[in-house]
Amino acid sequence: MTQDKSGWTRSEMAARAAQELQDGFYVNLGIGIPTLVANHIPEGVNVTLQSENGMLGMGPFPYEGEQDADLINAGKQTITTLPKSSFFDSATSFAMIRGGHIDLSILGAMEVAENGDIANWMIPGKMVKGMGGAMDLVAGVKRCIALFDHTNKRGESKFLRACTLPLTGQNCIDMVITDLGVFNREDNQSRFRLTELAKGISLDEVRAKTEANVIIE
Amino acid sequence: MNGKIYNSANEALADLCHNGMTVMSGGFGLCGIPENLIAALRDSKASELTVISNNAGVDGFGLGQLLETRQIKKMISSYVGENKEFERQYLGGELELEFTPQGTLAERIRAGGAGIPGFYTKTGVGTLIAEGKEHKEFDGEVYVLESALKADLAIIKAWKGDAEGNLIFKATARNFSPMMAMGGTVTVAEVDEIVPVGSLDPNFIHTAGVFVQRIVEAKCEKRIEQLTLRERA
Repeated sequence: MTQDKSGWTRSEMAARAAQELQDGFYVNLGIGIPTLVANHIPEGVNVTLQSENGMLGMGPFPYEGEQDADLINAGKQTITTLPKSSFFDSATSFAMIRGGHIDLSILGAMEVAENGDIANWMIPGKMVKGMGGAMDLVAGVKRCIALFDHTNKRGESKFLRACTLPLTGQNCIDMVITDLGVFNREDNQSRFRLTELAKGISLDEVRAKTEANVIIE
Repeated sequence: MNGKIYNSANEALADLCHNGMTVMSGGFGLCGIPENLIAALRDSKASELTVISNNAGVDGFGLGQLLETRQIKKMISSYVGENKEFERQYLGGELELEFTPQGTLAERIRAGGAGIPGFYTKTGVGTLIAEGKEHKEFDGEVYVLESALKADLAIIKAWKGDAEGNLIFKATARNFSPMMAMGGTVTVAEVDEIVPVGSLDPNFIHTAGVFVQRIVEAKCEKRIEQLTLRERA
């Protein structure tokens, strides 16, 4: 296979995020790239996927003809059940999330700041979508990983000194995975540190494309 | 009249709709929305509505129909990203919008029906959502006070129901409906199937009949928003 582009593809980013899944984890995957994480769950690791619209134990997409309009995930995609699945109402679903019963949330971001703030729900005057369950997830889930393209369409860093967009949550991101690499921090008082480079990416490129004050060495 | 059973969605809402009322409408995306009751609400021509619903339907379907007819004055929702008409009316200043995080929305509705006027949550602390609201510290962590939501009318969709108003829901079509059944002064449920009283196992009833005042059997289109399939090997 030829590599015409350096850095991780969306699928490779999802595969890297999947390495953070641990056996027995209850996990919520956000819409977009995070949804792809389900395709890369490591062999022998048993995780239970939560969908905040009211399901634990989310199964794969249905075969044609087996789709059910009453059975969707939070991205409104048709899905299936597994033998372990359960359904519940939205208040119970968010009791799981807010109450700290979910081990890991992997979500997309428009901006992440060096202090762990995240913005992913609105652009004032331009885009009106809403936060959905994202504010509850970042406030309540034990560990949150932000998975996003390192730069925007204009090539500007999305990993910033401070978020410019309205926040989804304060100091809640524990790990950042972008197309350039992985940034981790020990706890929410520590600085992020580059811990892994994506294929074909140099330290200088990460430095050049990262506005956030993170440890790159 | 057979208990709480009505013959049609229009009949069930006939004397309940008025201008300026607050309506809760169940569903997540287009999953579990009360399609026939939304159409009946449209036909009632009641306007200046405040609608509490996780989403606003899509263009021309679900609550999107009530946006087209300009019957909605204000929405209380967590996500409205699938509806261009909504975005147009909102950015044009024609529609009020109160964004509420999804879990906070579910809990505000639950609280409203459960006799709890407000509650503290950590969701949204440090964001626009928490501005101007009371904050309080518990065990070293800061929480924000959120208020309960109630409605003059709740319209919901269930799978099976009986003349007593007992309901069971199917799969992820349950979502907000059990809380909305509690939060409505009057709750009207449309169901795929009305079954005889006594045929639902009491162990598996999701919403008890006390929360449901009217029930109607009606066929839904059940439109799928994102058909995603797996290839056969």
